[in-house]
Amino acid sequence: MDLTIIWESLPRLLGGALLTLEITGLSILIGLALAVPLAIMRLSDKSYIRIPVYSYIFYFRGTPLLVQLFLVYYGSGQFQEFLDRVGLWLFFREAYFCAVLTLTLNTAAYTAEILRGSIQSIPRGEVEAARAHGMSSVLLYRRIVLPKAFRLALPAYTNEVIFLLQATSLVSIITLLDLTGVARIIVARSFEPYKLYIAAGVIYLLITYVILYISKRVEHRLSAHLRKRSSPNVSPSNFR
Amino acid sequence: MLWQGLELTVAVGLCAMLIAIGLGLLGAWAKLSQPSIIKSIANTYTSLIRGVPELLLILLVYYGAPTLIQDLSSNLGYSFIVDLNPFVAGFLTIGFIYGAFATEVFRGAYLAVPRGQIESAHAIGMNSSTAFRRIILPQMWRFALPGLGNVWMVLIKATALISVIQLDELMRNASIAAGATRQPFTFFLAASVMYLGITIISITIQRKAEVWANRGIRNV
Repeated sequence: MDLTIIWESLPRLLGGALLTLEITGLSILIGLALAVPLAIMRLSDKSYIRIPVYSYIFYFRGTPLLVQLFLVYYGSGQFQEFLDRVGLWLFFREAYFCAVLTLTLNTAAYTAEILRGSIQSIPRGEVEAARAHGMSSVLLYRRIVLPKAFRLALPAYTNEVIFLLQATSLVSIITLLDLTGVARIIVARSFEPYKLYIAAGVIYLLITYVILYISKRVEHRLSAHLRKRSSPNVSPSNFR
Repeated sequence: MLWQGLELTVAVGLCAMLIAIGLGLLGAWAKLSQPSIIKSIANTYTSLIRGVPELLLILLVYYGAPTLIQDLSSNLGYSFIVDLNPFVAGFLTIGFIYGAFATEVFRGAYLAVPRGQIESAHAIGMNSSTAFRRIILPQMWRFALPGLGNVWMVLIKATALISVIQLDELMRNASIAAGATRQPFTFFLAASVMYLGITIISITIQRKAEVWANRGIRNV
């Protein structure tokens, strides 16, 4: 099989992969920053805080990402005059901005739900003990609840990061040249569909494995105090 | 028009779910079986599928597979042209992808059936297939239902991607209507509400099914 086409288009594929990583990274960071307050609000006692947040999460988890993407990118066109007047049209005109905005809102909803689960699974006793020490709510969340919640959420959150990485392939539909977008363009010009799509797939796989590796390392570090202390090494090689 | 799209979306979703359940059972059997070749094939399948975006796989199957088959067959001296129908290509691809997720669900469910049950089935003289049909499968459903419900929920949303290969399902019809009327927000919002409707109905059915599968089990 002739593989020169893959070799020739590799620089462009890698350029696309860079955009994929950039969009993923940006959405993950902003999404996580949004998800923490959302998760706490989702658990609020006050229904006027809880219900809007719950509806937001339910909507973004219950509809396909593609619809959300089209709703923001094409749908904003319906409000062009209004957006123009408040000076936001500049942003909504850009596919890049719409992509990051939609992916951020989407991942924030999923992440908030993951965090909610892990916050709820923190033993009541730990929260009560912190309260008994006279910690305020803010201090309680900062020192006790959130650190533990993050550790508990890590496996599920890794899955979310991988899902988001793969979800970024949808931005190729709204004209962005990410990894999938570049592959589609080269395919359209060269009529060599499977070779390029497989090459793109391999790059996605590699990125996924890197994310899994990083997650393993982070998990290992965060759970240092939970591991059995390694027994003093008395193997013969130590006695030199 | 959106309604027709909705019907097609549900049809694609159901066909894909059947494929996914079939592949999931097969995959779980392969992962739990002894020969290491079968096991490694199943492991490669699940880890490959989960590492590659669905959109790329759909493009690969719809545009790539016919060319690949033609190239291979012309190398062997045959020539025939494969023309995939978007409906068939769509549900086969989606089913193939979510079969990997269903595999993990069924594997977990099989492991959740107490070993003693399987051993006693063998002890009273059932052969493997009878034991599977009468003892393991009925109990597996109970453990598999929550996971399968999740797979279905993600699967039905993934069918929106088939609009890329020009199948007139809900998403594509919404795009056409949005283009024709110049009211994209209205139509995409309507489409998203329909997907939300499917999700809500699915959750309700899933709850009912779980109650049904758990009949005879005491609630703690």
